[in-house]
Amino acid sequence: MAETAPKKLDLQRRPMPKQEPEVRSQNFDEVALGYTPELAMEEARRCLMCKRPQCVPHCPVEVDIPGFIHCIAEGDFSGGVRILKGKNALPSICGRVCPQEEQCEGSCVLAKRGGTIAIGRLERFLGDWASAQEQQSIDLPTPTGKRVAVIGGGPAGLTVAADLVQLGHEVVIYEALHKMGGVLVYGIPEFRLPKKTVETEVDYLRRLGVEMKPDYIVGKTRTIDSLLEEFDAVFVGAGAGLPWFSEMPGNNLNGVYSANEYLTRINLMKGFSFPKTITPVREHQRVAVIGGGNVAMDCARSALRLGARSTILYRRSRDELPARLEEVENAEEEGVEFSFLTLPTRCVGDDNGWVKGLECIRMELGEPDASGRRSPMPVEGSEYFLPFDAVIHAIGNSPNPLIPATTPDIEIGRKGNIVADEATGKTSKPRVWAGGDVVTGAATVILAMGAGRKAARSIHEYLSNPGSEW
Amino acid sequence: MFKLIENRPLVPNLHMLRVEAPEVARSVQPGQFVIVRVEEDGERIPLSVADWDSEQGTITLIYMTIGATTHRLSRLPAGDGLPTVAGPLGNAMEIDHFGSVVCVGGCYGIGSIYPIARALREIGNTVTIIIEARSSYLLYWQEKLKQVSDRLIVITRDGSGGLKGHIDNLPAIIERLPQRPQRVIANGCNFLMMRASEQTRPLAIPTIVSLNTLMIDGTGMCGVCRVTVDDTVKFACVDGPHFDGHKVDWAELNKRRQAYLREETIPLRSSAGTAEQ
Repeated sequence: MAETAPKKLDLQRRPMPKQEPEVRSQNFDEVALGYTPELAMEEARRCLMCKRPQCVPHCPVEVDIPGFIHCIAEGDFSGGVRILKGKNALPSICGRVCPQEEQCEGSCVLAKRGGTIAIGRLERFLGDWASAQEQQSIDLPTPTGKRVAVIGGGPAGLTVAADLVQLGHEVVIYEALHKMGGVLVYGIPEFRLPKKTVETEVDYLRRLGVEMKPDYIVGKTRTIDSLLEEFDAVFVGAGAGLPWFSEMPGNNLNGVYSANEYLTRINLMKGFSFPKTITPVREHQRVAVIGGGNVAMDCARSALRLGARSTILYRRSRDELPARLEEVENAEEEGVEFSFLTLPTRCVGDDNGWVKGLECIRMELGEPDASGRRSPMPVEGSEYFLPFDAVIHAIGNSPNPLIPATTPDIEIGRKGNIVADEATGKTSKPRVWAGGDVVTGAATVILAMGAGRKAARSIHEYLSNPGSEW
Repeated sequence: MFKLIENRPLVPNLHMLRVEAPEVARSVQPGQFVIVRVEEDGERIPLSVADWDSEQGTITLIYMTIGATTHRLSRLPAGDGLPTVAGPLGNAMEIDHFGSVVCVGGCYGIGSIYPIARALREIGNTVTIIIEARSSYLLYWQEKLKQVSDRLIVITRDGSGGLKGHIDNLPAIIERLPQRPQRVIANGCNFLMMRASEQTRPLAIPTIVSLNTLMIDGTGMCGVCRVTVDDTVKFACVDGPHFDGHKVDWAELNKRRQAYLREETIPLRSSAGTAEQ
């Protein structure tokens, strides 16, 4: 694939068309509109087709990136889809929500020259192109007769299911909510990841033969031990579904939300069309979002779209924001306000039990802490009050407690996480694997998919050698 | 879809629903609840399981028509289906050899106390059931409750059935029981559970209440069900719904319960609702 003749470097990363900020801040439609075929081919042709690509080892699911980009450059989109889907069954999702700047794109040789190939945008382009084509019949392998139960229909579970069904194993996904997708449907907003996109990818798995059981709470409706009687292997990808609230008085006032509640009302329950849909969403005037990650950006941008003035309160400075830069910029463009070096210390309520504001204290950055980031220290005597009628905590989640609580013989870590081998996903319980946020605590979609991929490999190995030791 | 076998008014504002949910019916225990969704894009609401038949694969729910979702639910005929019946959720009620137990039920709790009383009595406890309502026409399941108790005491506020009074008479009733109860369990509206707890506090009788809070997922994910118990924040869905009634912060609970009072009826008032007959 490598070019023989040296080609002239094109460092012009092709921008992806977006809705204008003043338009998109008023609607829930997707912000980024995606490449046209022409733009995608132009962008793909900039790729140097490195002999030893740096992008591939930095992809958690090891997609043959130069391979699919080469196909796009040649206009062979279906060839590109084959290469891409061989490693990643959910390209339309990953192309949108992976932190490419830290992974494939971050290690692109053109990064140093300021012209990184837009790998994520190209991946998204191919994924969307494939969904728009007429559905091809899928050749399925001969059934192995082995059955695998997957607990949790989020990114980790969907990946495990996709990988194993393509190896001929029978897969059933058990999902606690009424829709498949986990955080992809309850957490990440429509304007960043359209639910239609998730549905299309899930439908693809259904066509591959994956059976889906929504509204099924493993640990409650049925235990893992009971599943093990019927299945050869079980994968747990139950996610990080226990929200944290920052430690301060007043968190139980009305108008104080976890990011999960706020986003679930709006996304999964389609609260943005209340009262047409009936899950209630309250109209707020001034919304505070505590936290600085992608979830905080999602909350603040959602609140803005519902008509509120929306402010992110973060205890460090802009440089330390853990959110993707792209999301921070989107939020800024749309009019989300940022209050840096700000630590809320108390939710203040009115006589009826509703929040009316936050007591905050100014912070200053001190010495770097264990994470390498400069740690924030309160400035004495700098307390002040900010009025808000809603406060959203977006500071993280613990692993969901239902499986640990109902599976007594599985090893649980200090943070309530299921302990699993990093390379294989094996847990302490025979025939049970785990991966994603239930193991690591809240992380990213692609890391969960990477863990799913590793577990699927290990499950397949086990199913192919049933006598092997645990 | 989960098929409705029976869905009919029991008394004004309270309906009884029997629905096919074989997996739930097989694993449910006294004191657990399910999350129900009435239509696609519909709200998720928690409802206590009042009875079940694991052989037939059905569960029985008693629900009050308050907001848009329960109103729509009350209009579905037998044979229709519900898109979601997920569960059983929450912890089971602690069923142990306590000796003598008083079970208090009001409103939908007259139904949900039934399997709790049944389980307690099956293992040998002496069970007194006290049910309370404004008037006798709001009572139901009395024959059923008699069969799982040693004594059924009825209280109505207007005196039209049983004793005239309300749950504040609990100490007087307890005093007249042959044995002092080792435990009181209360199911019903938060007001009833709060009053019952206040009455048993000076008597130092352990009192368990089954809280009904707002919920979305019911699995610990959203946190809208948080309550303060013994100065600690708990999630009613995964830590509860059963808590020590003497330690619940009732004032906070009541305020949180009313967070969406206005919004809950907006769909009823709009054209998308059920205002048209």
